[in-house]
Amino acid sequence: MSNQNPTPAIRFENVHRHFGEVKAVDGVNLDVLDGEFFTFLGPSGSGKTTCLRMVAGFDRPTSGRIFLHGDDVSELPPYERDVNTVFQDYALFPHMTVLDNVAYGLTVRKAAREQRTRRAEEMLDLVRLPGLGKRKPSQLSGGQRQRVALARALILRPRVLLLDEPLGALDLKLRQEMQVELKALQEQVGITFIYVTHDQEEALTMSDRLAVFSHGRIEQVGSPAEIYESPATEFVAGFVGISNLVRGDVARGILGTDTTFSVRPEKIHILEPDAAVQGGMDSVRGRIEEVIYLGMYTRFEVALEGGGKLTVAQQNLETSSMDVHTARGREVRLVWEKSHSRKLGGQA
Amino acid sequence: MTATSAAPRTLIQRVSNYLYVRPRVSLLMLLALPLLWFLIVYIGSLATLMVQSFFHLDGFTGQVVRQFSLSSYAQLFTPANVDIVQRTAGMAGVVTLSAALIAFPLAYFMARYASPRMRPLLYLSITLPLWSSYLVKVYSWKLILAKEGMVSWVINTLRLDAALDWLLGLPEIGGPSLSISPIGIYLVFLYVWLPYMILPIATALERVPKSLIEASGDLGGRPGVTFRRIILPLAFPGVVAGSIFTFSLTLGDFIVPSVMGNSSYFIGQAVLSHQGTSGNIPLAAAMTTIPMLIMGIYLYASRRAGAFDAL
Repeated sequence: MSNQNPTPAIRFENVHRHFGEVKAVDGVNLDVLDGEFFTFLGPSGSGKTTCLRMVAGFDRPTSGRIFLHGDDVSELPPYERDVNTVFQDYALFPHMTVLDNVAYGLTVRKAAREQRTRRAEEMLDLVRLPGLGKRKPSQLSGGQRQRVALARALILRPRVLLLDEPLGALDLKLRQEMQVELKALQEQVGITFIYVTHDQEEALTMSDRLAVFSHGRIEQVGSPAEIYESPATEFVAGFVGISNLVRGDVARGILGTDTTFSVRPEKIHILEPDAAVQGGMDSVRGRIEEVIYLGMYTRFEVALEGGGKLTVAQQNLETSSMDVHTARGREVRLVWEKSHSRKLGGQA
Repeated sequence: MTATSAAPRTLIQRVSNYLYVRPRVSLLMLLALPLLWFLIVYIGSLATLMVQSFFHLDGFTGQVVRQFSLSSYAQLFTPANVDIVQRTAGMAGVVTLSAALIAFPLAYFMARYASPRMRPLLYLSITLPLWSSYLVKVYSWKLILAKEGMVSWVINTLRLDAALDWLLGLPEIGGPSLSISPIGIYLVFLYVWLPYMILPIATALERVPKSLIEASGDLGGRPGVTFRRIILPLAFPGVVAGSIFTFSLTLGDFIVPSVMGNSSYFIGQAVLSHQGTSGNIPLAAAMTTIPMLIMGIYLYASRRAGAFDAL
């Protein structure tokens, strides 16, 4: 960082949120930098949405404080906060036209009609929905509603935009398109995006940095590559991407010590069973039990000699489904670079 | 069992298969009974009523003349009848407005704040009065509001007799006692129709997703703005539905005004006496078209005002 100590866009200071006995958020500390595309990733019930809602002001921390650009907003209602939200169900007002929906933030602020209309039309252009202003939300497709929700949230030029699983209801193709578009939009408007999702692929694709949530706590914060390549805990290794967890005696057989470690399936090479192993490589013998052909690559489930299993992924560079299926039952040796054995702390 | 099943064996199977491939026949069977009921009992009797309203009563013989004429309708415009219509519509309007004012906060509480366990209890307690006989309720109110009744006693204990006397002394709405006055009619109407206002409003409010309210706040809407711009417009179809009940039920009722009222007629009483005592069925029929007309205008106006835009 060039700047010594820039004020973070959002700071969580030991934030707890309890619903009765349930600790939805259980001690979160986090800084989100200004202009970042930051993702809260985690399974449902991990506390990511509650954290987002506390930034928006829909929910208040049981204890701890939340800062927006250095100001403590923990006790402020939503309408006093310079953040806007794109809701999971879009939350478009059904009795208003698209234009009135988009202009709502300005209407509430009593802006002149002319200015409202002009700004709303600009926003509709920005999300590439020109000319749809007169329609009702019910006359739009899911993807279009999503864009209207985005335009509505951006019209007040918030310094932070919160997005609560905004692409969850869209089909895969549209979702992938919108991922790219959202990322481009964020760079265009240059504001902080907080993006909540349970989709690890989405998180890796779009984020500058992400936080992985589990049971109301943050397991790890880092760039997509850091999270993927160096998962800090078993949970992160298991939740982000497919991962092989090796522990106990099997780990001792490979590493010499029984440290739990993970290794990504695509880092593993399959060799002949008695192939020589070079220095700097970890290796283990096994038998291919299952072959799953997935088009772009093939997944092999390999039963290890000392017990346990490893998943191996191989790109189908020259092979086709006919070839890979003959591999079932073969004795093999699996090797990978020692650096890809990531030793883990924490519990799953 | 083979994939292509053999021909159906039993009669039931054959009938089912026949109906399955002929959806129109099944639809006809489904709707036959309600359709017959609706056409004959409902539309049929309404048509008969309308036809009757164009007959008139021969002034000398007292016989109904079965010829087209507008003279029954012309009679509606006599000062006495105009008075009746105004009195009834005015009462219906005031009852509806008061019911809406009382019902909305309660419905709002039920829809937004009541816990999932409390909500069914509230619904139950609101519908509970509907279980008992309407007549019993009306006559109970007669006793409650009577000069020697509970309300008078409370007012007397609070030393507010002067206020009550002043109220009862008001022209048009006053009377000898609460139990014989337009005020009494108003109170009883309000009591008996209130559940019909609460339930549709609560249902409408429950259907407003919480996220819409959050979205309004998120975009800078203070609670008052959110209420006016989001909650109220979305609950309005419920208010209209409720007001259709309270308004039309008041327009057509003849029991409450005859139990609680003085000698001034309401539409329902006039209809009753025309077709009963004086045998003037055409005029009675013409009079019943007035509530229908008023409701028609009311619905049209609500629609124009955008009451159903959110539906």
